[in-house]
Amino acid sequence: MLKVEVVTPEKRVWSGEAKMVTARTLEGDLGVLPGHAPLLGVLADGTVSIKSTDGSVNDFIINGGFISVSNDRVSILGEAQVVTN
Amino acid sequence: MGAQLRIYRRRMRSVKATKKITKAMELISASRIVKAQQKVAASSPYANELTRAVSAVASLSTTNHPLTTASANPKRAAVLIITADRGMAGAYSNAAIKEGDQLVALLKSRGLEVNTYLVGRKGINFYKFRNRKITASWSGFSDNPTYAHAREVSDALIAAFIADAQVDLNGVDELHIIYTQFKSMITQTPDAKRMLPLEVVESTGPAVILPMYEFEPNAGEVLNALLPRYIQARVFNAMLQSAASEHAARRRAMKSATDNADELIKSLTRLANAARQAEITQEISEIVGGADALASASAGSE
Repeated sequence: MLKVEVVTPEKRVWSGEAKMVTARTLEGDLGVLPGHAPLLGVLADGTVSIKSTDGSVNDFIINGGFISVSNDRVSILGEAQVVTN
Repeated sequence: MGAQLRIYRRRMRSVKATKKITKAMELISASRIVKAQQKVAASSPYANELTRAVSAVASLSTTNHPLTTASANPKRAAVLIITADRGMAGAYSNAAIKEGDQLVALLKSRGLEVNTYLVGRKGINFYKFRNRKITASWSGFSDNPTYAHAREVSDALIAAFIADAQVDLNGVDELHIIYTQFKSMITQTPDAKRMLPLEVVESTGPAVILPMYEFEPNAGEVLNALLPRYIQARVFNAMLQSAASEHAARRRAMKSATDNADELIKSLTRLANAARQAEITQEISEIVGGADALASASAGSE
């Protein structure tokens, strides 16, 4: 299980457990599953989707963001986000 | 009513009106401290994550980024001082300005020129009145800063840092920030921090061993994207803490003003009572004296 956090400078937008996170980095789409190697990536402007443990999918539009993965903790940092469920 | 009594009453009325104002300001500040503190807390997950990421890249890669390498021959430094827009907050703004003066003196003793960047009308007025040079200034948001404000300020600072200090008069080799640290409701201390070049990245939690990150696309690119954000987050955090400190300082100043007004009203009431009593005593003795005089005059005529 992944522990996921979506944070902006002003607040924590979303946090919870997820099965999978997909995001678009500068080099292309990236999927994170539990057990992923530690990663620090720059995100391209676009959508990050988080598949929660209960099966629901949360989509966030991220501008100017980062993704950091370590020990099954995923943090999505973004300057501006809109939920587009 | 006697002249003396009228004067006391008038002063009491004015002190009471002032007390109403200071009491209201105290209550407003008290409620805003809580909000400001919540904002500081809400911004910390982002700041912590960024700090972690920056220390990971900085310690795990050998990239030489202009934002992390100290100039061998520094020429100029930028100092950002965060003050309040409004007064009535005790020594809040002055304490930050004084801390700034100390830092400027220190930098000058190292042979650096200093460019001053100011946030808050109080600081701007202080510098303008003394004809000191201001490189850039911002005002109007000291008690409720947003991330957009922090970005505006840090973009100017980063641009100055990237410019070459040897040829450009606005270019700087170092970046310092002066803000007021919010320690608790009763303690706020002005604090000077060096933001750039990065030296020690302080983390708020206990020291953790960082995993061997992979970087995407590569360490240099990640650092390029991270560092401006990191500076923005630092400036934003400093602004939020300063805002909370400003409210706390104002609340304390207004509380003591209200207390003083209470004291003043008490002593004025005593004085007014004494004056009224003196007036009554005088009137009685005048009446008694008058009656005596009348009585003795009529006694003589009989």
